[in-house]
Amino acid sequence: MREKILDILEKNGRIDLKEMAIMLGYSEAEVANEIADMEKEHIICGYNAVINWDKTSEEKVTALIEVKVTPQRGLGFDSIAERLYKYDEVTSVYLMSGGFDFTVIIEGKSMKSVAQFVAAKLAPLDSVLSTSTHFVLKKYKDYGTIIEDEAKDERMLITP
Amino acid sequence: MRNPLSQKITGIEPSGIRKFFDIVSEMPDAISLGVGEPDFDTPWNVREEGIYALEKGRTFYTSNAGLKELREEICNYLARKMDLHYDPMKEVLVTVGGSEAIDVALRCMCDPGDEVLIPQPSYVSYLPCAIMADAKPVIIELKEENEFKLTKEELLASITDKTKVLVMPFPNNPTGAIMTKEELEELVPVIIEKDIFVISDEIYSALTYKGEHCSIGSLPGMKERTIVINGFSKAFAMTGWRLGYACGPKEIISQMTKLHQFAIMCAPTNSQFAAVEALRNCDMEVEKMVTAYDQRRRYLMHAFKEMGLDCFEPFGAFYVFPSIKKFGLSSDEFANRLLREQKLAVVPGTAFGDCGEGFLRISYAYSIDNLKQGLERIERFISTLK
Repeated sequence: MREKILDILEKNGRIDLKEMAIMLGYSEAEVANEIADMEKEHIICGYNAVINWDKTSEEKVTALIEVKVTPQRGLGFDSIAERLYKYDEVTSVYLMSGGFDFTVIIEGKSMKSVAQFVAAKLAPLDSVLSTSTHFVLKKYKDYGTIIEDEAKDERMLITP
Repeated sequence: MRNPLSQKITGIEPSGIRKFFDIVSEMPDAISLGVGEPDFDTPWNVREEGIYALEKGRTFYTSNAGLKELREEICNYLARKMDLHYDPMKEVLVTVGGSEAIDVALRCMCDPGDEVLIPQPSYVSYLPCAIMADAKPVIIELKEENEFKLTKEELLASITDKTKVLVMPFPNNPTGAIMTKEELEELVPVIIEKDIFVISDEIYSALTYKGEHCSIGSLPGMKERTIVINGFSKAFAMTGWRLGYACGPKEIISQMTKLHQFAIMCAPTNSQFAAVEALRNCDMEVEKMVTAYDQRRRYLMHAFKEMGLDCFEPFGAFYVFPSIKKFGLSSDEFANRLLREQKLAVVPGTAFGDCGEGFLRISYAYSIDNLKQGLERIERFISTLK
């Protein structure tokens, strides 16, 4: 039951509870309880909208930063990650396998403000060995959602 | 000048769907719950394989029966999914959609005067194909109280000395009815005793929402008298690729291959390469689509109940078949007025046989949002009738 609920929520976090209950064949109360439990257990960690900021008057710049660090004795990567994700500008932090340690995704108002953040906040951290900043030029798909307007239904209206 | 046309062909009634399509075409702003094809795109890995086949210049004919590789994958798929076991070299024919397989099978199995049993409501082409095969179509009217399944009694009552073929259209378009293994087993002794053959159109087999699909060809004593028809259109969302197949006894398949060779040569090569990928690597994709259809099915059933539209619960394909008898309108009138007054296109049940009178076919090959819009219009229309 949980996986079924999560599958739906992952695609549509705003779905009406009653509607979801009907689609899954459970009662509304069952679904509501299960969701509440999963929120408590932090299986569901939040509900976010996927926004195409390019269509608004708001300027937004997203950058992906590869960060190499030296893990701290006894604490490993977690405490460094915490220092990274506490910044409001940082929207995602992932520990990576391969050529570098963290992917840090940053959102800022301009390229300059992002560059400044990296230079002033990220790079000087004790455990950070190096950073490499990549700016996002255009988003095509985010969190499973295609950003551009959806394709029209091209099927004929009536078919056998 | 003499009449250039064959009386046999001009005598065939045009499809009721076609008639309704022409009316709908005059209303460009109408929305529709009337299609008989998936709203999903063909899974990307399958499309990609089709593109790759073109890039590699695989644009030649294949053997008449279809790519060997594809026939082998079809056999693997049928064995894995429904315990059907066929020899890819002798018992499989790849066709241009399930429709061609229906046509060719009937032509290969019927002599003039042979009777073909066609349960209705059902897909529009069985009856004309039977006529084109010079057979005599005999309609079995399925009943709502039996959930539009074929019963042993109905079958027995329709069999004569001339009966040669029974068409089994389950999971059913337009009713969404399925037949379980137990229900099929009821029919088997009759079919064997009366020595008739079965053309089982299982194009919707993957879209079954209660238990696993059972093919009548997998039941004891049936393989040697059954042509199983299936294809890629519905399960893999590949309608436009035009690819289906027929499996059965080698004596019948070899004659079908002969006919297919003269009329078609071979199914589209590009589609065949893509279909190999579909059978090998799409179980997950299909499962996702089935889950989505099932959710929509529940949603529709619930909405009908709330608005007081009677409907038996169907467990197959992507159609529901609500009854509109209590509104005192014919299916045609209901569908026409719904279209003109609320700009919603659905298909009148009569497009699938006279016994579809009093019903509508509503497709749920649409997103929940589309369904919602459609349901609002039905509800508004019904409220004007009360």
